Formats: sequence, C-alpha cells, structure tokens
Amino acid sequence: MGRQVPGASLPTAMWSSEHFRNLLYQIALLVLIGTLGTYAVLNLVHNLESRAITIGFSYLAQEAGFDISEKLIDYQPTHSYGRAFAVGLLNTLFVSLLAIVAASVLGLAIGIARLSPNWLLRKLAAAYVEAVRNVPLILQLLLWYGVLTELLPPVADALRIGPAYLSQRGCAMPWPVAHPGWSAALLGLLLALVLSLLWARRARTVRDRCGRAPPVLWPAIGVCLLLPLAAWGAFGAPLEFSQPVLSGFDFEGGKIVLPEFIALLCGLSIYTAAFIAEIVRGGILAVDRGQIDAAEALGLSYGQRLRLVILPQTLRVMIPPLTSQYLNLSKNSSLAVAIGYPDLVSVSNTTLNQTGQAIEAIGLMMAVYLALSLAISGLMNWYNHRVRLVER
Amino acid sequence: MFEQQPIRHGLAALALGITASTALAGPTLDAIKQRGTLVCGVHTGLTGFSAPDKTGKYAGIDVDYCKALAAAILGNPDKVKYVPLTAQQRFTALQSGEIDILSRNTTWNSKRDTTMGSVFPGVWFFDGQAFVINSRKNPKVKKLADLDKASVCVETGTTTERNMADYARAHKLSFKPVVFEGQEATEKAFQSGRCDAYTTDASGIAAMLVNLPSRADYTVLPEIISKEPLAPMLRRNDQEFFAIARWMIFALQQAEESGVTQANVLQMKATSKDPAVQRLTGATAEVGKGLGLDSDWAVRAIQAVGNYGESWERNIKPLGLTRGMNSLWNKGGLMYPMPLD
Repeated sequence: MGRQVPGASLPTAMWSSEHFRNLLYQIALLVLIGTLGTYAVLNLVHNLESRAITIGFSYLAQEAGFDISEKLIDYQPTHSYGRAFAVGLLNTLFVSLLAIVAASVLGLAIGIARLSPNWLLRKLAAAYVEAVRNVPLILQLLLWYGVLTELLPPVADALRIGPAYLSQRGCAMPWPVAHPGWSAALLGLLLALVLSLLWARRARTVRDRCGRAPPVLWPAIGVCLLLPLAAWGAFGAPLEFSQPVLSGFDFEGGKIVLPEFIALLCGLSIYTAAFIAEIVRGGILAVDRGQIDAAEALGLSYGQRLRLVILPQTLRVMIPPLTSQYLNLSKNSSLAVAIGYPDLVSVSNTTLNQTGQAIEAIGLMMAVYLALSLAISGLMNWYNHRVRLVER
Repeated sequence: MFEQQPIRHGLAALALGITASTALAGPTLDAIKQRGTLVCGVHTGLTGFSAPDKTGKYAGIDVDYCKALAAAILGNPDKVKYVPLTAQQRFTALQSGEIDILSRNTTWNSKRDTTMGSVFPGVWFFDGQAFVINSRKNPKVKKLADLDKASVCVETGTTTERNMADYARAHKLSFKPVVFEGQEATEKAFQSGRCDAYTTDASGIAAMLVNLPSRADYTVLPEIISKEPLAPMLRRNDQEFFAIARWMIFALQQAEESGVTQANVLQMKATSKDPAVQRLTGATAEVGKGLGLDSDWAVRAIQAVGNYGESWERNIKPLGLTRGMNSLWNKGGLMYPMPLD
C-alpha cells in the first residue's frame, strides 16, 4: 500500500495510493481497448456498407443449394446454410473425438514402449516419434490420402477383407439394418457401463472398510456382455445386416467409410500420437525413482508397477501438456479441406463463396474453434483438478 | 497453401476492419496511375485463360485483357502485376483492395453483382458447366443421366457445386460430391480414380485435357448444365475505371468486327475511311476523352494483344474449343460490341 503523507489534501492522498493508481491505469487500458474495438467494428461496418457488401447473419437461413458427401444428420441441398454449417461442425467434432481417442491409446503404448527394457521395441518407438513428429501434418495427410486413392484398387476390383471391401472409394462394410433391437443393445451397454462404474466405486468403499475388495473386473465384463445381449434378444434379436454390394459406380448398402475420413483420422491420430508418446515418456520419467524401487521391493511385476504405481502418478504431470495436444488436434482437423473431407472449414468455405459473407463466415468459424478449444480445455482442467485431489 | 487459406481471409477481414476509409475504393484509376502498375487478379494456372508460359510469363485470354487495360491506361502492356488467386480467395482479394481488377474466369450472377460490393463490366467469355469422365474405366457412360449415383470431384469456391446439386434435383439424379480446395487437387483426385467424373466449366475441362498425355481416355459428356458468362469483376463506386473496363471489352470486339488487327492497326488508323474504325482508333471521335484517357487508348491495347478474335485464336483455340457462342454477333455468336461513338 502507498505511503500516507500526513497533512496532504484528499486528491493528493488518493494519487499517492498505489491501489488507486493501479485501478485507474486498468480502467484507462480497458477504455482504450474498448474504444479501439468499437472503432474497428464501426469502421468495418462503414467500409462494408460503402462498398455495398451485405452484412449480417441472415444468410444462415437461406437455402444452401450444395450437397455434402458425409453427414451425420439428415441434410439435403434444399436445407439452409445454417444446417450445412451444423453438418460440417458435427463432422469436425466426430473426427476430432475419434482421433483424440486413437491418438491417446497409440501415444500411451508408444510412450511406454520408448522406456521398455526391450531394445528393439525401444528403438522402434523412438524412430516412430522422431519420424512422425518432424514431418508437417499436411504432408502426412496428403501421403495418407495418396496411399488410399492411388495405391488401392479401383472399386470394381476392391480388396476383400472378410465381409468388408477396401478400394479407392474407401471401406465398405456390412452394417446392421436399423431396428429397435440395436438401439436397445446400445442402451443396454451404456447402462451396463454405468452399473460397472457404480460397482467399482462400491467395491472401493468395501475395500476401505473391510480391507478386501469384492471382484470387479469379471462382474463388469459379464454385465457389459449380458445386458446388451438381453436387450437385443428382448427386442426380437434382429440379425439383419445390410451388405455392401457393388452396383454401378460404387458399393450400395452397408456402411461406406470415405477415404477422406480414413486419411484424416489416420493422419491426425498418428501425428498427435508421437507428441503424446513424448508426454507419456516425460510423465513416467518424472515419477520419483524411489517409488519404482519401493514397488520393486514389494515384489510387483513390471506390469503391476506400471499400472498401480507409475501411471497414476504420471497422470498429473501429463494432463496439462496433453490438453494442449488435444487442442492442437481439434484445430488441425481443419486441414481436412486439403483432402476433400467436408469438415467445418470446407463447408464454411463453400458457404463463404456462395454468399460472399467472408467476415461472418470466418468469424463464425473462429468462434466455433474457440468454443471447442475452451470446452476441451475446461474438461481437461476439471479432470486435472480431480487427479490432483487424489494426490497424497 | 492450404494452411494459409483461413489466415489470408482473416487478414483480409482484419484489413477491412482496420484500414481507414481512405482505402475506400473510389479512385482505383488514380491509384493505378500513381502506382504505375495495374494489379490484376488471375487464375493460378488455367491453360488458355491464365497460366505461366514457357518463359514463365503469364499468358491467356484473361491475361490479355489485363495487358490491354495496362496498355490503354499506362501506355505499357507489361505494367501489370499478376496476383494468382484460387477460386476461394478471389472475392476477398478484390473486396479488400489487394487487386484492382479480377480477370479470372468468374461467373457473372446476380448475387455477385448485388451483395458483394462488386460489378461486372461485360462478358469476356461465354461458357457452361460440363462433366468429363474416364471412358476407359466407365465405357457405358454416354450422357449425364448415366452418371446417377456417381462420385463427382468438384472444386470449392465456384458456382459448380450448386449447379450440380440443382441439376441433380431437377433431373431426379444423385451425385456424390467430393469437394476439394484448388483446381490441381480436384483434377488429381479425379485422375486417380477417386471420382467417376469431374465437373467444371467446359473450358476448364478442355484446359485440363490438353495437358494430359492420356487425354484419349477421357470423354466430355454432351450436356452443358449451366450458363457461365465469365466476366471481369471490379469494385463498385468506381465509375471511371468501370467505364474503361467495359469499353475495353467492346473496343477489342469492335476491332475484330472491323477487321482491325495487331498487325494493321496503325495503318488502319492512318488510312481507313470506315467511321467505326476511325472512332475506334481515335482518328475522329474522342472516345478516349470520355474515358479520361487519350485518343490512342484502343490502338495501344490492340497493338498489345490484338483484337478479341486474335486473342481467342492464340489462347483458346489450342485447347480444341470452337468459337460457338463466343463468335461475333454477325457470325452467329453472342459477342455484340456496343457502338463506339
């Protein structure tokens, strides 16, 4: 706090208060930023108007008029730009989510392999990380896409892998025909997972009280298998699968996974996995040597040491850098446009060009990526907080 | 290139937001004269329209138009700075003032003419959207209806995506669009076999095929599904420059109609008794004065690139396209230059 000058008049006293001055500076800065921001916006509106460029988001309600190759919700060219935007957004979310899961699993495995006592495994993992991490992602995406579309056979001579077919047009595989039985099975699985989690929690309380935990793994597996099966059976056990059949230009029926999607998913997860592997390795190395010695002294095997002692402790070191990798991945998914996958950017680009609303379309895209990043970051922070609490 | 895309748009947006109103696009003509160069937005590489030739210089019918303007305004057809743009980038480049004029096979339609702060001085090339297929892989496809349920490669940022969806809806067909950024990526995906067909303007297909060693394998389907009047594009509120851009089109077409060529333009100016030629070459009427230029403006333009027909023969004919709609009105085409007077 500022020093009080005895006998000084009130304004002088206020000025000599550090707290007051800081407050004043901050208000001045805010006003300055606010003024600049307002000026920029007003000037933008003025410039756009004087150039007779339409402003506003009303275009979102207009008919889009273009088709999208991959859509998770119903979409026709007669639907609005807003709906097209939603289709692109869902595609981005879908591929990001799958890639985050795949990259995490792969990254964890490779990170552990980098510290494996096995020489060959260790070196292979190191080679993977160095090679993948140091090649720009866009090149990797183009490589994957090139491999899929140039090296795979045309659709007429598709490679048959079990019931699925692999060709330039992607992977065509059998897919269950929509039936309440399948939805019931899915719900059953979800319910079983919740039950298992509750049971695991209960088992922990029992262990804390009685010193001995009731079995968790086998009952969980059992309920996860039986409950969906029972639900599926109760709704008439549908067995009808739609089979992919080559007709005309492409496979019809079944489920067709586009090569653009496969290339994007592979590219994103393999690239990010290299970074995650390094985070995992760093996390493991950060665990105090004494902890491992103690675990060894207790007679725990390598797997047990990893699972019970090392990994739980690495988590709290790993979460913050992992968060930024997840953020990177979701933003990198915007490179999809280079290989023809209809993600948010691709759909927005088409919209932008048909409507000419560049600033609105870019602004909307930026807002969505910001919201997505903040959501991931918030989720990870929450998890980080939880992991921290467990720390002793 | 792909990564820079959103950044580029973002910057353009930012530029629109921050630059003071002095950047307001009124006096483009003054800016060109002061700068001493015309900044012309062109295609990144479309043979016949704008593509680097063997010496690395841009050549093509769209490039010729810019050269003619530079010759008329600045007295030198080489005083042009070419800015290669993708379909995606072109409008923002024009709106933000990065280029003076967009001469890049751009379709003239009402939306672009009314809501995007831009105007079109006249049609430079009449085109239409066509489909090309690999007839070795799909020998049975003879017409567009045979392409039902086919995958079609298409470039983003063009009118083609929408035309295709419109046509499919109207004819109860379905196409699976595979949308790429940039013409090279789209063509490559089509040639790899990822798509059964590739759709763009007929001239664009011809330009692709002329560069393909295996062009005999490809067939252009007979249907033309849209009207694509390709036109230069300018910013609005710029009457002086607009007038020059518009009358440059008419002057070069009038030159063809009156038989004025790159070779004979000076001689015609000196000797011709045809009033149309005298007005065009500035021998009598002061068309140039009305445009804020000197009387030799059209002579310089014709000296630089020849008349419209000469530019066509030089650039488009090698693609194997026939003049068709692009012939003069008195030869059965749609090109009708308004009278210079």
